[in-house]
Amino acid sequence: MPLNIAVCVKRVPDTAADKNLDPTDFTLRREPDESILNPVDEVAVEEALRLKEAHGGEVTVVTVGPEAALTKAARRALSMGCDKVVHLSDPVLHGSDAQAIAYALACVLRRGSYDLIVCGSESTDARTSLVPPALAEYLNLPGLFHARTVEVEGDRVRVQREADQGYDVIEGPLPAVVGINWGANEPRYPSFKGIQGAKNKPVESLTAADVGIESTRVGLAGSQSQVLGFAARSAERRRILVDNKDGNAHVKLADFLQEAKLI
Amino acid sequence: MAAMGGDGFELSEEQEEFRKVVRAFAEEVIGPRAAEIDETDEFPWDIHKAMVAQGFLGIGLPEELGGAGGGPLDVCVLIEELARVSGGVSVIPLVNRLAAIPILLAGSDAQKREVVEGLVSGEHQYSYCLTEPGSGSDAAAMSSRAVRDGDGWRLTGQKRFITNAGISDRYVYFAVTDPEGEKGHNITAFLVPGDAPGFSLGRSEKKMGIRGSPTREVFCEDVPLTDADVIGEVHKGFQVALRTLDFARPTVAAQAVGIAQGALDQAVLYVRQREQFGKPIGEFQGIRFMLADMATATEAARLLAYKAASMVAAGDPRTGYFAAMAKTFASDTAMSVTTDAVQLLGGYGYIKDFPVERMMRDAKITQIYEGTNQIQRVVIARSLLHSGGPGRKA
Repeated sequence: MPLNIAVCVKRVPDTAADKNLDPTDFTLRREPDESILNPVDEVAVEEALRLKEAHGGEVTVVTVGPEAALTKAARRALSMGCDKVVHLSDPVLHGSDAQAIAYALACVLRRGSYDLIVCGSESTDARTSLVPPALAEYLNLPGLFHARTVEVEGDRVRVQREADQGYDVIEGPLPAVVGINWGANEPRYPSFKGIQGAKNKPVESLTAADVGIESTRVGLAGSQSQVLGFAARSAERRRILVDNKDGNAHVKLADFLQEAKLI
Repeated sequence: MAAMGGDGFELSEEQEEFRKVVRAFAEEVIGPRAAEIDETDEFPWDIHKAMVAQGFLGIGLPEELGGAGGGPLDVCVLIEELARVSGGVSVIPLVNRLAAIPILLAGSDAQKREVVEGLVSGEHQYSYCLTEPGSGSDAAAMSSRAVRDGDGWRLTGQKRFITNAGISDRYVYFAVTDPEGEKGHNITAFLVPGDAPGFSLGRSEKKMGIRGSPTREVFCEDVPLTDADVIGEVHKGFQVALRTLDFARPTVAAQAVGIAQGALDQAVLYVRQREQFGKPIGEFQGIRFMLADMATATEAARLLAYKAASMVAAGDPRTGYFAAMAKTFASDTAMSVTTDAVQLLGGYGYIKDFPVERMMRDAKITQIYEGTNQIQRVVIARSLLHSGGPGRKA
């Protein structure tokens, strides 16, 4: 059965770039724009493309944000092989928290009849991991999150959900929302032709009003969580001296690393 | 310059995106193997396979024949980013393209189809056989001979410094077909299969750099060929050879730019971390002046390489002039920048734990092959002094 897949993607600051918050409203400053497609979403795109290759159908990229969400994030997904984009952009969305974005995404996704909605489990900037479950809730669809594998058989989807130790196998009916974990696959590099063709693929541009978003439920004011302040994490260096008087320095070192959850 | 972006000095968005992809590929797939390829000097079949899968061998080859499309500028971006990580690996698309150009310029439809299909699928690789033991810069003085034999030809001769010989199974081979004829107008290009009777290879040369890409002698002893193996017109092969080099020189320039950029990036990384006299050495003005000069020369070389590549794309009559300048300036830059990078890393630059000594060794060949820089200067000056200026054929 061909699958109508939506993959939700976010633009995030380049992992290597300096990140600054706007001191007035605590949102991320995005100038100069060195945005990229959220690396975990790249894994979600790859998973969606593999499902399409196995079952047929099409993959629609859904993204929310200003122009750069389209040019930096969605276009990368197109160059990897996705078919089209739905781009929601509206100033009223500025400063929306994870739940408000999930609500906005749900308003967009309700307009299509998708069999599967695929998301990356988290973004590399906000790291809340809240959007996929909130989205499933708003859409009233089963949610299968933190997946390391995804299989579709008939009208059911089955994932291996990553746990602290090992994984659970869970299954649900389509349509469903699936959150993909980092490392689930090795995303492909876009091909030369994919890059050349990305700009010519269809883009549907939508405003909040187009999809019936209530402006009181989005943006800084409409968000249920508010950022009240921020501080840089102190990057204090600690020096640990491990002596080898008892000949067991290696054990002490291993204990230290284990305590610090580094191994 | 249609191939360049809006103001003529920027790549298009797509080309910049393609650069990012090649850079990621080079750093992730080739990077971890680069030192090992240099050390073992073995052709990296795994990387060739990965590049084929990624479609890199089809870049710059006509889409209607099954290539990936794109022009000389896209090829430059590809080669530059590969060379930034491994000079040896960058030779793979470089030499295959060098050998494909004469076929695309002058070959039959069947030859064109075969070369594009072969390179794109990875099933065939091509080498370019011009240089001989006794004829390098004076290429037209070659002694390889092909004589008429009934409906076909018999080819006998010896070629030297043939890149990827033994890896390739198709050889574009230039030979004199009219020994009595005027020099340079008596040469024909042939397509010789690597399994032809009488075809054999010499030992693999032990090279200073671009290791992992074998360089060998090629011997032809009475190799039987047909008219279908002739590329272009009989006796017109040398013109094809020269045009090919004009077309390919911007990509050698791009390779040199990539090597220079790779060394510069390593140097920047190092001087930020290396501390002496209580601060990173990048804080010292003497170091900064060196870095500034390295970066300036690299950017200038890149612009010249892209300019020459855009001229190839546009069919500009000044292509040869600019291609010679691009190749000369970029390769001299690669040599000086890599030498300075080794200097900046000091003792660490001189050992193989760091990649800059490899880059310095890789840089040297770019001043030598596809026409030494001395010959390039002859081309530049001849073109400059020719009545009518560089726009005219010298």
